[in-house]
Amino acid sequence: MSTISTSGGDENIVFVHRKSYGQWIVGALVLIIVASLVHSLWTNPRLATDVIWRYLFSEPVLRGVWMTLKLTVVIFAIGLCLGLVLALMGRSANPVLRGTAWAYTWIFRAVPPLVQLILWAFLAALYPKLEFGIPFTDIVFFSADTNDVMQPYVAAIIGFSLIEAAYQGEVIRAGLLSVPSSQNEAAQALGYSGWQTFTRIILPQAMPAIVPPSANNIIILLKGTSLVSVIGAVELLTTVQQIYAETYQVIPLLFVASIWYLVLTSLLMLGQRYLERRYSRGRLTVGGELA
Amino acid sequence: MNAIREIAAEAAAAQPFVEMRGVSKSFGRTKILSNVNLSVRKGEVIALIGPSGAGKSTLLRCINQLVKVDAGRIWVDGELMGYRQIGNRLHPRKISEVLKQRAEVGMVFQGFNLFPHMTVIENVSDAPQRVKGLSRAEALAISERLLDQVGLLARAKSYPAALSGGQQQRVAIARALAMNPKVMLFDEPTSALDPELVGDVLEAMRGLAAQGMTMLVVSHEMRFVREVADRVVFMADAGVVEEGPPDILLTNPSHERTRKFLERLL
Repeated sequence: MSTISTSGGDENIVFVHRKSYGQWIVGALVLIIVASLVHSLWTNPRLATDVIWRYLFSEPVLRGVWMTLKLTVVIFAIGLCLGLVLALMGRSANPVLRGTAWAYTWIFRAVPPLVQLILWAFLAALYPKLEFGIPFTDIVFFSADTNDVMQPYVAAIIGFSLIEAAYQGEVIRAGLLSVPSSQNEAAQALGYSGWQTFTRIILPQAMPAIVPPSANNIIILLKGTSLVSVIGAVELLTTVQQIYAETYQVIPLLFVASIWYLVLTSLLMLGQRYLERRYSRGRLTVGGELA
Repeated sequence: MNAIREIAAEAAAAQPFVEMRGVSKSFGRTKILSNVNLSVRKGEVIALIGPSGAGKSTLLRCINQLVKVDAGRIWVDGELMGYRQIGNRLHPRKISEVLKQRAEVGMVFQGFNLFPHMTVIENVSDAPQRVKGLSRAEALAISERLLDQVGLLARAKSYPAALSGGQQQRVAIARALAMNPKVMLFDEPTSALDPELVGDVLEAMRGLAAQGMTMLVVSHEMRFVREVADRVVFMADAGVVEEGPPDILLTNPSHERTRKFLERLL
């Protein structure tokens, strides 16, 4: 925003910019390489672009897209809430809560997602009946056959949510650690309650550190949901696999799936950008201007 | 009639407004405060001086219960802080009572500690709404008056990051005052500031003292201490070494420890 003004008799002074031929040459070279790659792919008849177009908006593919989106959003929402609880437990003064949060994170980050999905889907092998009552007594409020409850989608949501919670818990914990403890002190000195301090002072300041890794996690989750095919749930990738198993058009259909993943990832990135802007209130940018 | 009122006022002034009796605090094995007694009258300005590690900051933090004492009792305006005494047993007060007591003690920190995600006016007006339950309009009116008082009403819509350190500290003073506190605690309010910014902050504090605010100030701004403080308390090694009026304590201290400290400072 600054202008350089020349004064007095210096009006004839002119700045000469440094010539950067090297930059131009390198830029052109990279452009040529990228363009030739795209061109060779798009004009390759074996890619069968007509097949891609035919399936891109076909009903089973759209259903798969919808299922992938639904799984991702539901799993992430549950994981986010549980992760917040874990992060708060990790900051608790109570050693039992701290220890439990630590042990949870330890176990659910260690066991592979594949193992957990299968474990939840076949929970009946461990617990044939699910009962809800008062522990160590005979009082039961609710009882059901495990196999009736553990439908593939239910098992998928439970399994992935529990893993997501462990990762999100760490992301939120890191974000909260990024806020100096003096902020907590200032809020307390004014008489804010613990909950007010957390929601009004600490969490808003932790958000800039929480949003980018959370976006990373949800994008990883978006593609990770394809794992649910092993327990019989059907989403985007499984759908196209089922189609090419019959038509043998493997490559075009994988492109169909990838285009949709690209679209969904772009949407998530838009959301990330919105949140990052929203929580950058009051922060100085690198140039020293207010965001 | 007037005479009676004067006598009553004098009697009130003689009563300690902030009182600490036998206050001790350790962090781990380090003794920070050891059996400290201090009594402050209403409207009095106390300057706490002493070498770092003497326990000055911790003493302030004990008064508004940011630090929990190991032993001893603290009263503000006749009310025992943090506890209810029944017989010779101290029962912890309800959280809501503790929060109310904290809100009645204003604190200004060395590092300002403004909330960076809120504008200046939000910084000042948020706690009166959330903690005291004032309406938005009431809170804004109070905040604008206080920002005007510290000379920063024009910056109400700015974020703290856009202000100089001295301006931030004056906002922090307005923020603490917005809760209408009974006593103000200042923990080295000018030591993080560039020299040319110190004056405005001290000016705001001087005005506050002139209005009759009870103040405990940890400060090494000797000119300010000499001019504004009613009493200087010299602390060292977790306790009060001596106290007295500034012109006596600063020029003719009775303890060797005080003399050595002042020699190094001046």
